[in-house]
Amino acid sequence: MSTHAATAQPSYLVDTGSRKGLMAWLTTTDHKRIGLLYLYAMSIFFLIAMGIGFVMRLVQLTSYQKLITAQTYNALFTVHGVIMIFLFVIPGLSAVFGNFFLPILIGAKDVSFPRLNLASWYFFMAGAILAVLSLFTGGGAPDTGWSFYAPFSLKTGTNVSLAVFAAFVLGFSSMLTGINFITTIHRLRAPGMHWFRMPLFCWAVYSTAWIQILATPIVAITLVLVILERFFGIGVFDPAKGGDPLLYQHLFWIYSHPAVYIMILPAMGAITEIIPTFAKRTIFGYKAIAFSSMAIAGVGSLVWAHHMFTSGMSGMALMLFSLLTMIVAVPSAVKVFNWVGTLYKGSIDFQPPLLFALTFIFLFCIGGLTGVMQGALAVNVHVHDTYFIVGHFHYVMFGGTGMAFFAALLYWFPKMWGRMYSKAAIYASWFPIFIGFNLLYFGMLILGLMGMPRRYYVHLPQFHTMHVVATVGSWFLVLGLLLFFGTLLYAILWGEKAEDNPWGGVTLEWSLPSPPIQENFEEIPTITHGPYEFERLEGKS
Amino acid sequence: MSEHVEPASEHATEHPGYGTFIKVWLLLLILTGCLVGVSHLGQTYAVWGLLTLTPLKAGLVFYFFMHLKYEGPLFKVVVLVTLGTLLIFFALLFSDVAFH
Repeated sequence: MSTHAATAQPSYLVDTGSRKGLMAWLTTTDHKRIGLLYLYAMSIFFLIAMGIGFVMRLVQLTSYQKLITAQTYNALFTVHGVIMIFLFVIPGLSAVFGNFFLPILIGAKDVSFPRLNLASWYFFMAGAILAVLSLFTGGGAPDTGWSFYAPFSLKTGTNVSLAVFAAFVLGFSSMLTGINFITTIHRLRAPGMHWFRMPLFCWAVYSTAWIQILATPIVAITLVLVILERFFGIGVFDPAKGGDPLLYQHLFWIYSHPAVYIMILPAMGAITEIIPTFAKRTIFGYKAIAFSSMAIAGVGSLVWAHHMFTSGMSGMALMLFSLLTMIVAVPSAVKVFNWVGTLYKGSIDFQPPLLFALTFIFLFCIGGLTGVMQGALAVNVHVHDTYFIVGHFHYVMFGGTGMAFFAALLYWFPKMWGRMYSKAAIYASWFPIFIGFNLLYFGMLILGLMGMPRRYYVHLPQFHTMHVVATVGSWFLVLGLLLFFGTLLYAILWGEKAEDNPWGGVTLEWSLPSPPIQENFEEIPTITHGPYEFERLEGKS
Repeated sequence: MSEHVEPASEHATEHPGYGTFIKVWLLLLILTGCLVGVSHLGQTYAVWGLLTLTPLKAGLVFYFFMHLKYEGPLFKVVVLVTLGTLLIFFALLFSDVAFH
């Protein structure tokens, strides 16, 4: 067991090296600072993409368009998707909270490869900058949608090549982070931190990391093929040259469906940390949750072609992927059952993180169940490429990953910055977020069932009422989000000093000062019990 | 710090000589020749040749040139997981392609 110096170290927020200020942050190898670098960058990207979504809803407020052209509308939904998917939800909880808390939760000083960790952030930023450049260079912003489907992506004169290359670079960030986290969990666990003593957030990050390193190379190569096809006409995907556009869809979704689990698994892990803390009891079914994370990662990697049910695939593939899609719902349901089972007869301490965690469960269930609906072939044919799909994946990605991100941020905020936010302001922000979210995205579900196709610049009069409802919902949602982020920003700058353990949590991070010291632990702890043993602490008291 | 995993280098017990590398290289050349020959017999033979001989060649490269033979069980398991995943992806892809 290694030991630290006996003297108290300063907070990780204090510059102690030769570099100060911005340079100290840009050259840091401290996993906590890198987590915050991701958070700050992603918050900016999120707000930009949110603004784009807001404009897109305004376009649909009227049944005739004055704000922007149809071509601009195509560019906006592509950019909105690319930013939200590649720059916010995919790195999401894993990059921010995984970086910040994974080493702490397993009793380590840092990740296995701190410099590689910083390199991952630079890959992320380089990819982001390239994505932004693609909007204003070449033939202008890509108009393909975030999925870059061939053959249109091979033919369009917009700047698809650079946008695709940006996604390629972002993939490296994801893969390197995955390698780092897997190695860290295997090699840097504190003495006594057995696999089944790890907090379940670590299991979720571990499962996610495997998807990151197994699936991401496939889309990376696929995107390179798109670039080669655009520049040299190699004819892999272009049917005019004997290529197969369905092959593109397969290769794209082999990554991009597991990417949905890259997004949601760490979110589920964060929720699993929050619920026991505010129910004041151990998690119900630890091993079931741990194994369900691995099962989601495994089975979730085998269901990609349910995005292609109307593409003309063989009947055998349709049946197989429909079946697999139904199966992947089971481990997700296991988690929901265990979260609710943990709350049952718990001593509920109702605080903002729990409110957002419960919101996650509610919205994720709607997202998950509408997903199972689409797993049924007959339903899928009718709702494919309609607003129903848009509503469904916003329930999963925003209602799921987004709300879990907010819940995790509220939960770990006092630890990360050593300051506390205004709980009243957060409660006040929840109402417009919740009401606006459901008006907007449930409105989309209804629109989809009515037959409104996605990605259309204009809509028919029979869809107008629900479009107005959805647009008004977007106003509530944006209002709530601005209040939410404003409250947290105020707290970072001027918030009251937080206690070391404001929520009464029992995992390792709550044994540290707020904010944590530079190397996390004065002395590496020896672990003698599971992560959520509230009963043991109560016995002691 | 973890007590579960030993450094992989502890498992490295032997190292190949030039003779081994040359034999493997010659075998790779022969397999490449077979592959080229099979591809002239028609598309079906070419596809089956690619599906069988190419993984065999890749396996030889993994095993000898990339040193997998001399690594510990952890690395071997990681490579097997990766290859197993690839195999499953291929099988599922063929559920579409083979039944068109």
